[in-house]
This record gives sequence, structure tokens and C-alpha cells, in this order.
Amino acid sequence: MTTSTYKVIGSRPLRPDGVDKVTGRALYGADVKLPGMLHGKVLRSPHAHARILSIDLSAARALPGVRAVVTAQDLPLIGDQMADLGESTVNLRYVSNNILAHDKVLYYGHAVAAVAADNVHVAEEALALIKVEYERLPHVLDGKQAMLPEAPILLSDLRTNELGKIGDAPTNVASHLCHQRGDLAAGFAQADVVVERTFQTAMVHQGYIEPQTVTALWNEDDQLSIWCSTQGAFSVQEQLAELLQVPLSRITVTPTEIGGGFGGKINVYLDPVAALLSRKAGHRPVKMTMTRAEVLAGTGPTSGSHIRVKMGARRDGTLTAAEAELIYEAGAYPGSPVGAGCSVIFGPYRLENLQIDGYDVVVNRPKTAAYRAPGGTNAIFASETVIDELAEAVGLDPVEFRLRNAVREGDPRPDGPEYRRIGLVETLEAARTHPHYQTRLTGKHRGRGFAVSAWFNWGGKSSATATVNKDGTVNLIEGSTDIGGSRASIAMQLAETLGVAYDDIRPQVVGTAGVGYNDVTGGSRTTFGTGWAVYEVGKALLAEMGRRAADYWDVPAESVHAENGVFAHNGDRLTFRELAGKLDVPVTASAAVHPQGYGPGFGAHIVDVEVDVETGKVTILRYTALQDVGKAIHPSYVEGQLQGGVAQGIGWALNEEYIYDAQGRLVNASLLDYRMPTALDLPMIDTVLVEVPNPGHPYGVRGVGEVPIMPPAAAVANAIYQAVGVRMAELPMSPARMAAALAAQG
Amino acid sequence: MQYKMIVSTTVNGSAVDVLCEPRQSLLELLRDGLGLTGAKEGCNNGNCGACNVLLDGVLVNSCLVLGVEAEGRTVETVEGLAAGGKLHPLQQKFLEHAALQCGICTPGFLLSAKALLDQNPDPTEAEVRHWLAGNLCRCTGYDKIVRAVLDAADAAD
Repeated sequence: MTTSTYKVIGSRPLRPDGVDKVTGRALYGADVKLPGMLHGKVLRSPHAHARILSIDLSAARALPGVRAVVTAQDLPLIGDQMADLGESTVNLRYVSNNILAHDKVLYYGHAVAAVAADNVHVAEEALALIKVEYERLPHVLDGKQAMLPEAPILLSDLRTNELGKIGDAPTNVASHLCHQRGDLAAGFAQADVVVERTFQTAMVHQGYIEPQTVTALWNEDDQLSIWCSTQGAFSVQEQLAELLQVPLSRITVTPTEIGGGFGGKINVYLDPVAALLSRKAGHRPVKMTMTRAEVLAGTGPTSGSHIRVKMGARRDGTLTAAEAELIYEAGAYPGSPVGAGCSVIFGPYRLENLQIDGYDVVVNRPKTAAYRAPGGTNAIFASETVIDELAEAVGLDPVEFRLRNAVREGDPRPDGPEYRRIGLVETLEAARTHPHYQTRLTGKHRGRGFAVSAWFNWGGKSSATATVNKDGTVNLIEGSTDIGGSRASIAMQLAETLGVAYDDIRPQVVGTAGVGYNDVTGGSRTTFGTGWAVYEVGKALLAEMGRRAADYWDVPAESVHAENGVFAHNGDRLTFRELAGKLDVPVTASAAVHPQGYGPGFGAHIVDVEVDVETGKVTILRYTALQDVGKAIHPSYVEGQLQGGVAQGIGWALNEEYIYDAQGRLVNASLLDYRMPTALDLPMIDTVLVEVPNPGHPYGVRGVGEVPIMPPAAAVANAIYQAVGVRMAELPMSPARMAAALAAQG
Repeated sequence: MQYKMIVSTTVNGSAVDVLCEPRQSLLELLRDGLGLTGAKEGCNNGNCGACNVLLDGVLVNSCLVLGVEAEGRTVETVEGLAAGGKLHPLQQKFLEHAALQCGICTPGFLLSAKALLDQNPDPTEAEVRHWLAGNLCRCTGYDKIVRAVLDAADAAD
């Protein structure tokens, strides 16, 4: 495959939905308005752990303007049943109990009841009239403490899945998994240097700016219509079918524009509640939108964690062994991303001897959900800090140390499978020669840090349909929610395949009623997987258009040749547009794919920081993110993925954390106190796109979105060490923690 | 709080009379009362800037202003930025620089950037970052937003 001959791929056209989004015309979830629409609100637990003794709804029901009230009693009882949400697997009984608490509340913010009323203010007044009697129970917030024998038990029926064997005693440890290779003891015996450290990372939230929002209409004929902001309309449909015990065919989900997701808008929260309220309120549409406090307290953030890493190296810099133990806080129900954390923790390195143990532990915090490279950032923070320390111990440059151990094609991943063609070495070489790395950093309390990351990406299932218009343009119907410019990256691949101009492709994103099945926009899969679907659509369209040209010329179909949007036979030529104008019978094509050739990506980040030794504040002076991105379809949006991932990673590194009081109540559920980076906190974020095409995709696409969130925490920690000589082992490295670490150093 | 007041105000150059409960915010008035859903609610307590509009030319979080306070004043929202069939230069530069990913924060950023350029047509990068610090974007890392604003300022020279 050559990459130089592309006409559309690699260019930077304007996004098709751009004008709607800069004029305020684009309709997001909360912009939906239906005739007769009611507004719903949710009552949430004020306790971290309590038994629900009684719920008195009478006063709320009596308030003028209240049309329906629901509790868990309105949800069907669900047995244990596992469901694959694309980025995570969940037990639907637990999902149901998380939607509306059944007998116990398991975290501050757990939904208990919901009201639909004429407007949102009346609904809020009604919430205050609901009387819930609780019996408070002891709570546990920390994963390590939750593993102790004396810890309060959250779920009485939970038993540990110990490497596939189910335990027989109540526990908070949902599962223990393990990856092993080689001989660990022999590996450490070969090492000249061994470093072992423990780390702790705080629970953090995706922080999408648009709160969860849904409008539901349960019709008199039991047809359920949902308009919502989601990463995956089909996933919402499947979850609702199970949670409400309604046939899939009766549920239509129409995705609105989505104001960010990062993994957090896959699981449903409000959707089934709004549906129940709609049915109970006389089949009127019900809109529910979370407040920011509800988003932080009641939706899935990602795990806080305790991680121990031990690695050994020879004096020449060769890694000989690596061992890790990862304890991830799943929140109130099992299902942390510890599995992915275990897969990537040593992903960038050749290692003959390794052991990785992961523990999924329930605690009295909101049930975690996917967050961009789920589980990866915690793990990479730990391993890349230890790698940095090893490089220093053997006297090697941090990039050189990593190059000596970098995985190449054919090397095994920590969790088993072999790497195909990957670009880690190319990315490390680009980092080593980058002007940022080559320029000396000067100044007091300043330091430079470096870290890398690996992510395996995903393919998933995609469907798409295209129709040829009389004027030669092509309508593209896709089912992948456009969360960051994917209408452009998908349309570009169809234009490239057809040999027509990008502007001739008119993409639109539709819901479950308008296109074949699509997995979620997540796992860095959309430009890869849905791109593959439109490549197949394009090939099918070209074949049919070629047959039509052959009919027109009255020649055998196989004698017509198509190239660059022109159909030719001997001296006859018809452009795609000319041929479209001659069509008697319309031309349309669909494709459904489940591609397996997704390729891993690797990131290498360089950061310069300055530490204020009095306040402990860390300032990011300069940042460069290099990444093996495969072929960049729309380079601007690929750069944007890197820049956005870096910003989230820096927030995770320096500021963001869930803070609880002694009673287990979340005390920083606002965007003032849960402090995400602002424009003032960041410099420009330079990017280098290292294009090593993925052999598993017709245009060489690799997923790019998840790789860049992982290195920042470690890179910043390593830079802090260079600046002030302190190894930070706890996230976030907030001013308070920095000041304490500096004081301890003396 | 069932009674409503008539608020007479000017929105994007047009005089409007709209019913408003005293407890409703300007953001609610715009979105629910006038159907102008370009201003977004991200936090409803002044921390994210997604609801930013100009009130008598001054940048405000419309979630922190009561609807009735718009009485007799002028409001500019994102819907009023494009004029005469042409995008505002800031809108155009946001598109050219790919300064939006999900786009939910974009209306607020555009209004904040307009307020900045109205009073400081030639800002430095540091001034842009300082001025935009009241607007949260979770997708872009701000790089392309800052470049778009600087480029729009240059284009206006």
C-alpha cells in the first residue's frame, strides 16, 4: 500500500456539521422539545451505605403539577445476566440496581426515586417531599481497605472469581485475574538493578461538558422512543430492552448531537427512568437532564487504584523481569477496568518474565464506567515512573532505555497475543530527535519528563448505507455518533474510495431505526471500524455504477474500468457525476462489517515543568506528544485527539480527584471544586503524527483517541523528579501533596 | 412561584416580550422561553462558561443572571453572531482550525472570544488564555481554540 497517492485522505476539510455547531443550531440532548413534554428529576441517596427501610411518596404525589413518581419497585426484577457494552461487561441486575436502588443505597448520589412534573422546578420541589427512611451502615471508600476481612460488605451475594474459580465467602473482591510468562524469580536474579514502588491514584471523572440527558416517550401501543445523548444508540436500545424487559423491536433510539463522552456515555442512567415515568404519566414525553452535581456523584467516573510495580534491569539497560499488582476500585458494583490496566501496564516493553495480578474491588463510590483508555492511565503512571527510575539507575537516557526494550512486530503483548506491524520504535526515534528533546531546559526548579504508553484499540461492528443522488453527490447514512469530527473522517474515506470530492459526500448520523447495527463510538474504533464499513460501501457502489455504465454503453460489465471517479471503456468515459445523472434505477449500497485488524497505538510524551517550591503548584511549561497514529485521515482531528488526551491526562496528574468526607459523602461535586484544566493551565500542546500504517485497515487507520491520555501523569511525575528531586507516588500531584512531599524531603 | 412576569428585552437585535417566572435564569428564558438553545447548560453555577452570552455588551454566565434582569436590556447569543448570510470571523476560524470536537462548549467560547476581541482587538496568547479561563473545554486541550481566536484577531487587522 502506498500512502502518497491519496486525494482526500490526509487533507483537512471543514467538518460537515461545522456550521450547525458554530451557529448554535446543532441539537444536543437537552435541546429536544416535544409537545406535552414533562420534566423529570431524581432523588439521590445522602448516605454512602444504608438500607432503605421505607419510602413515602404520598406528599410528592399530591403536589400540584406532579404527574408520576417511580422507585425501584417500578423496574422489572432482573436475574444475573452479563451484557457486553463494548467498552466493558456488566451484570444487568447490578445495572438495574444502580438505576434505582433496590434495597440498599451503596454510595452518596445513588438514585432512589424519580418524579415527572410540569416543569423542572416543580419536580425538584416534589423530590423534597419524598420521605425515605434509612438505616445507615458502615461504609468503605478505599480499595485496599475493602479487601480486609473486617471491611463492611457491599453486596451480600458477591463471591470472588479467583482466576476462574468462584469463592464461597462474602467479599468485596469481585475478581482476581493474572497474566504470567517466563520465570519471575530467575528474571529478577538476572537483574543488576531492581526497583519496587507502590502508587495510589484518585478516582476521576470523564468531565464531559454536557450532562446526561434523555427524552423518553412510552406510547399507548407500547412503542418506546428515546432521544438521548449517547455514544451508542444500539447499546442504549439493548440495555433498555433488558432493563425494562421490553422487546428490542419496540424501542427506537435516536441519538442527538453529543457533548462529550470519553466512555462515560455508554451506560444508561436516566433513560429507563424517563421511560417508566412516561408510561406512568399517561404516555407523555418526559425529559430528564442531570445537574452537574448529579453527573459527578451519580454517573460512572473511573477507578481510583493502588498499584505495586517491581521491575529489574541489567546494567546494559535490558529489562529482565516485571511484576505488578493492581487493585482497582470498581465503585458500588463489580466491573472496574483492571483487566485493561493489566494488559497495558508493560505493553510497550519486551519482557520474557512477568507476572501481573489484578483485583476488581467494590467500594461505596459510584459504579465506575469507561474513561478513555479505561484502566490505562493508572497503570502507565506506575510502570513509567519505575521505568524512569531504572533508566536513571543504569545511567541511560530515558528515551534510549525505552528504545532498548521497545516491542517490535512479532513480540508478545503482556496478555499473550503477538504484535503485528507497530510504530513504537519510530515514535521513540522521533522523540529523541525532536527539537523539544534536543533543547536544553534551564531555570530553577524546572525539569523535563518523558513517558510512553500502549493501547490495543478495538474494531467493533459497523454498518453504513450510501445512495447516489441524481446530481452525483452521495448521501452517507451512518450510525456512529460523531463525538469529535468523525462525520468528516468517515466521509473522507468514502470519497477516497469512490474517487469523488469530499464535498460530494453528505453524511448523516441516524439512530436504531435508520441503519444497521453499530457498536458504540468508543475504544478508538470509529474512524477504523465505520471507516472500514464505508470502504466496503464504496466498493459496492463502484461495482454497481460500473455495471450501469456497461449497460449504458451496452458492453460487458467486466470491460468497464473505474479510476479516480471516472468510468471508462475503450475511448468512452463517464465521470461519476455524469453517470449519476443517467441513472434510471437508483443506486444504493450497504455494508456491515466486524473488522478484526485493529492495530495498537503507542504514545511518547515530553513535558517540561516548573515547581513552585513554596506552594507546591506545578506549571506545565512545554508539552510535546508524539504518537504512532497509523494513517491520519484528517490530521487536524488526529492532532486534536492527542491534544485533548494530554489535557485530560494533565488534569488527572495535577488536580482532579473525588474528595469524600468522613461520612462518605462526596464534597466536591462541582466544576469549581472538581477542577479540570482551563486554557490558563496549559501551554500549546505540540503534536507529532508518526504515520506507520496499520496493515489491518484498507487506509492504514489505527485508533488514536485513547493512547494520549496515559503518558501525562508519569511524564509530569518524572519531570517533577528532575525539577525538585521528589518521586511522586500519588495522584493527583496537587499543590497540597507536592508541598507535603517537598516538606518530607526537607 | 406560579406567577409570571412579562420581560421586554432585545435579543440579537429583535425586540421580544416573553413570559418569565421570577426564579428562572436568563439561560432558561433563552432556551425554554425563546427557543434559543445555542447557549448550553454545563454546570448551572458559573463554572463552565457554556451558557455565556453578552448582556448590554458585557460577557455573563446566563445561568447566573435572572431572566427578569434582561428587562429593557440587550442580549447577544451565538444565534446572532452570523450576519448577512456570512459566518462571524470567529465562527469561520473555529471551523478552519478544527477548534471544536464535540462542540457543546463552542457557543460559550465564541461569545467569550467576541467579548475579548471587542475590547482588545489584538490580544497576546497569554491574554487569550486568561480571558478564556472561564470556559471549560474537555475535548481540545484549548490549543486549537487559542489559535483560532488569535487568527481571527489577525484576520481583522
